[in-house]
Amino acid sequence: MKIFGYKPTATAWIGLAIITIFILIAIFADAIAPYSESESVGQTWDDPSFANWIGTDNIGRDMLSRLIFGARMTIGVALVTTILSFIIGTTAGFLAAVGGTVIDQILSRIVDVMLSIPLLIFALIILSVFGSSIMTLILTLAILDSTRVFRLARAVATNLVVMEYVEAARLRGEGLWWIMRREILPNALPPMISEFGLRFCFNFLFVASLSFLGLGIQPPYADWGGMVRDNGKAISFGIPAPLWPAMAIAMMTVGVNLVVDWILSINSRPSGASAEM
Amino acid sequence: MTRQVDETILKLTDLRVEAVSGAVLVDNVSLELKRGEVMGLIGESGAGKSTIGLASMVYARAGCRITGGKVEIQGVDVRSLDADGRRARRGQRIAYIAQSAAASFNPAHRLMDQVIEMPVSHGLMTETEAKAWALELFRALDLPNPDTFGDRYPHQVSGGQLQRAMAAMAMSCRPDILVLDEPTTALDVTTQIEVLALLKKLIRDYNMAALYISHDLAVVAQVADRVMVLRHGKMVELGDTEQILLQPHMDYTKALVAERKAADKIAVIATSAQGTAAISADNVTGIYGTFTAVKGVSLSVSRGETVAVVGESGSGKSSLARLIVGLLPTSTGNVKLHGEVLPPALAERNRNTLRKIQLIYQQPDVALNPRQTIGEIIGRPVAFYFNRTPSEVKARVAELLRLVGLPEDYAGRLSTALSGGQKQRICIARALAAEPDVIICDEPTSALDQLVADEILKLLKQLQDDLGVGYLFITHDLGIVRRIAHRTAVMLKGEIVAQGPTAQIFAPPFHPYTEKLLSSVPEMRTDWLDEVLAKRSI
Repeated sequence: MKIFGYKPTATAWIGLAIITIFILIAIFADAIAPYSESESVGQTWDDPSFANWIGTDNIGRDMLSRLIFGARMTIGVALVTTILSFIIGTTAGFLAAVGGTVIDQILSRIVDVMLSIPLLIFALIILSVFGSSIMTLILTLAILDSTRVFRLARAVATNLVVMEYVEAARLRGEGLWWIMRREILPNALPPMISEFGLRFCFNFLFVASLSFLGLGIQPPYADWGGMVRDNGKAISFGIPAPLWPAMAIAMMTVGVNLVVDWILSINSRPSGASAEM
Repeated sequence: MTRQVDETILKLTDLRVEAVSGAVLVDNVSLELKRGEVMGLIGESGAGKSTIGLASMVYARAGCRITGGKVEIQGVDVRSLDADGRRARRGQRIAYIAQSAAASFNPAHRLMDQVIEMPVSHGLMTETEAKAWALELFRALDLPNPDTFGDRYPHQVSGGQLQRAMAAMAMSCRPDILVLDEPTTALDVTTQIEVLALLKKLIRDYNMAALYISHDLAVVAQVADRVMVLRHGKMVELGDTEQILLQPHMDYTKALVAERKAADKIAVIATSAQGTAAISADNVTGIYGTFTAVKGVSLSVSRGETVAVVGESGSGKSSLARLIVGLLPTSTGNVKLHGEVLPPALAERNRNTLRKIQLIYQQPDVALNPRQTIGEIIGRPVAFYFNRTPSEVKARVAELLRLVGLPEDYAGRLSTALSGGQKQRICIARALAAEPDVIICDEPTSALDQLVADEILKLLKQLQDDLGVGYLFITHDLGIVRRIAHRTAVMLKGEIVAQGPTAQIFAPPFHPYTEKLLSSVPEMRTDWLDEVLAKRSI
């Protein structure tokens, strides 16, 4: 089987399988989960039983159901954030490359200033000032993350802008928007797609860590980072409760990385194998 | 060690190279090379010339494999050796000189360090010995200030000098065999002559053997004792240089020879009735930073007329084109379209002005967006300038494809699947889609094979007869100028040194620079190079 005309490697298949399963779980959470997101069904940290397959959490909610709904929240927020940050970052990056020195200088210096402030601190400040609704969370992360996307998009586009087909479009009298959308974007896609995977991973971990710090997704919504925090103390009683969400975070990250590795290897691979060396 | 005079030092037997995809790149080619002998490999791109050159070092490019045959260097079958054995031969016994010297040097290291790297790393010479030998080579290759030449970085020397530095690098281990892969193709005719003469001297003085790969028969004729003609990876003909030039046996060789000879002739093209100028440059000057690329040039092109601009690289030909289209704003002087002064900068010109001046590039590969279909590429100017409906655009694209001699169903393909000549046809179709008055052709055939280039020239001529479009034809190839230009302007260091009807430019009395250019174009005689050099040294 081929994807985008390329045959995935064995590890890429594993990654694809993990991502697909998690995404299916996120979409069909309502149908799969045995209990609802916030209903209390037992005691604190019950052992795994037939009713609660991997036990209950710190206030007696079913761990498995929380994990399933957590997938929806954590992955969903990370995905929307990444898409938004790519829309902002790519547009600005292409504009900087195509629009001439003045636009480039203005955008690049703004981004330099933003990049000089540590990401986590910046996010913490904004979230504590504006409060942590899902909307603010997504917007904050997307804007902060788009500075990283801007850097790549600008670099890729700068190499494409000097191509003669772009010059031909300029000579035809095409506007900036056409040049960005039709001449540059299709050629910039391969590196941007692998970057998308990496940025998604990063945002996913970032959302989880913000939730772990209590500034991310707020209760009663379930999310993996928050679940690690809520159940953290259990580990000192020898109860594995926080390990379940932690494992989900790790698996998703590894899965996306396996796929990204494969995409990167397609981009950097020479047209064929060398032999007789 | 006494060296036998007619010792065979390189022998390829039934060599076969295949791509991973299964395509046969070189099909059972055999050749023998004796010491002191130069063999020319001639053919179009895709003929397998370079593949054979590399295979004689038992090296195949990524995606290719040597699947059969023997490669013997001084009687040792190198294919049967392990990696160490092969490495010991590459560079030491057989060395390679590539077409693009600029791409073959590391820009971050000084030339001397790169030239002595090989003998030192192979343990053949100490650093001091290698440096002394490199200096001797720099001197033999007639490089300026040979004692300090090695201290420079690659970007600090000219293309011709870099090509010679590369010859020095190849010679650094005193190899027995040189593989020269189009070593002068990227150079101007005037520089080419110097490099050719030096390479020839080098091979003779150090009693080496060489494989000389080129697409230009006239160049090969100057250096090769024997010539092998290749096509599609197969040998077409092998013979003494004289025989190939004068009495080719095979039809393909005859076509190649005839094609090259046609370029030597001056086709007298009558100056067309001079209409009013469609575009004219009036005493224009173009400046990049502090460098004046074009100085006070005046030139005009009418509809139905071809005006050639010739000169070496760096003479300001392309800058002149950029001035006219507005990519480089004029510092002084005006560009006029039908007598009307155009704004100097591209952004201030209106759509209809842009439409009337179109540009065709040298490299069709980078002039076409690899992610757009041909229908999109050609259809865009139609929709953009004339506001046609999608179905009208489609019909017009089909018509344009027919006009440039391509099947209509190409509209759905990506340009990446096409050959160089086909891509250039697409570029021409895109320019025609705007229904321009003048097309500026910036070396449109330089990146193409001879036979393909000839087809493109015929097409351009045909289109001019049918549509009455004018061409400003920028080229360094005097053969092309003679065949297609009504008028010619010769550029040197940003200025036009001679301008007039082509027949007049190419007839005495010449401007001294025109004469130098003309006499530097290789002719189809084996003794041409020696004659020219003899004449110049007087």
